[in-house]
Amino acid sequence: MMNPAPAIHFDDLCVDFEGGRLFDHLNFSVSAGKCTCVLGPSGCGKSTLLRLVSGNPDISYTGSITFTPQRHRIGWMSQSDLLLPWMCLRDNVMLGARLRGQVDEDRRRRASLLLERAGLAAYEKALPATLSGGMRQRGALLRTLMEDCELLLMDEPFSALDALTRLKLQDLATEMTAGRTVLLVTHDPMEALRMGHEILVFTGVPAHIKRISELPGDIPRRPMSAEMAPYYEDLLNTLMNEGP
Amino acid sequence: MKIHRIVILAAGGVLLWQLVVIATGAPAYILPGPLPVALAMVNHWPELWHHLQTTLLEILAGLAIGTLLGTTCALVMALSPLLKRWLLPVLVVSQAIPVFALAPVLVLWLGYGMASKVAMAVLIIFFPVASSFYHGMRRTDSELLELGRIMGATRRSLFYYIIIPSALPAFGSGLRVATAVAPIGAVVGEWVGSSSGLGFYMLHANARMQIDRMFAALTLLAVASLLLYFVIDTILAKTLYWENQKDLIHEKAL
Repeated sequence: MMNPAPAIHFDDLCVDFEGGRLFDHLNFSVSAGKCTCVLGPSGCGKSTLLRLVSGNPDISYTGSITFTPQRHRIGWMSQSDLLLPWMCLRDNVMLGARLRGQVDEDRRRRASLLLERAGLAAYEKALPATLSGGMRQRGALLRTLMEDCELLLMDEPFSALDALTRLKLQDLATEMTAGRTVLLVTHDPMEALRMGHEILVFTGVPAHIKRISELPGDIPRRPMSAEMAPYYEDLLNTLMNEGP
Repeated sequence: MKIHRIVILAAGGVLLWQLVVIATGAPAYILPGPLPVALAMVNHWPELWHHLQTTLLEILAGLAIGTLLGTTCALVMALSPLLKRWLLPVLVVSQAIPVFALAPVLVLWLGYGMASKVAMAVLIIFFPVASSFYHGMRRTDSELLELGRIMGATRRSLFYYIIIPSALPAFGSGLRVATAVAPIGAVVGEWVGSSSGLGFYMLHANARMQIDRMFAALTLLAVASLLLYFVIDTILAKTLYWENQKDLIHEKAL
């Protein structure tokens, strides 16, 4: 049973990284039940932000990160699929339950249903090494969704895929994560315009944040449309002019 | 490895051996040809079989105990950073002392029986197994560990489902090396002091100028060591099934 998706509030957030200040008294929030894309050049702290939200104990910070409501579960998806090569696809999808000792018939059935929905039913028993990059990343998405998480943290999950597979997976992810709070880190303005209800642009070190929240239409959008062109221009200008 | 390849390699080895005998003109008491050695093996098979059994038992016992101790040591070091700080230097020092130099001491302490030879084999096997398994566990992808933490894994389940399987290919490499060097420990132990085993038989035959028998024992030891390696390699290939796919990709890429 899922709890309501949480909103995240960052208050007076300061983070030092490798001798320098990465975030300097940042104040912003992430809306509940929406997909917020975090866009920015390499090294501006996008991935660090996700790790902070995930509760990584190795990153120290001052200020506060609060969730409303507080009770939530986190799902994580990164650029590499992180499928365990010794487990078949279905077991990989059920990894969370296995790690917590909660594998039961109901979960097995759910994993099979999810695989079927993602067009991977025929590959349930296949080892990851025998699957294409797109299939593996779909498997990683399903593993994240199996967690019944209200908050999804995605760190450039589609950047290693070819253009067509990326588009298909963006559509699938948008459909399957509806209603959850999604924090999606990307370096691709097109991806941000396609998938984000809101976009946070990180620029400079320490990071400045520009929020774009009035994006038109439902997701997934068509970022190449005339309607989106000004937003694309605006994003590019922000990134090009204020890079680190 | 396919049978036909083994047969061709063995035939090539025997042919090369015979060519060296002919080319050098070495007398039979220095380098006997393959035929006299084969005859010696047939004629003295019961003796050779008896000694082979002893050596094999020493190697297998050494391999089993060495692997068990090596994996236990690696697990303890991976589980406890405090114990690791104490055990790691001991592990390195254990290899700094040449194991062969310890052979007379081990025979003195453990006697002329099987125990001293097994101990020699254990000392040789322990390090590659412990070192490869421990470093395999340490090299577990940090992103996988992070994923496990986020998914609410316990320390135990993290080890069982992620860290140990991640380290198994490295452990397999260590075990392959250990299997290849295990016979050295057993035979050196037999040379220093024993009353049975192929090492003892070779020394005995050499002292009596029965060079064909010595070479028969040496050939038998080589064949037994190769067979043992292939058995372990096959078991590992079946157990680490996910690595086979990677091997195929590597073969194609190179």
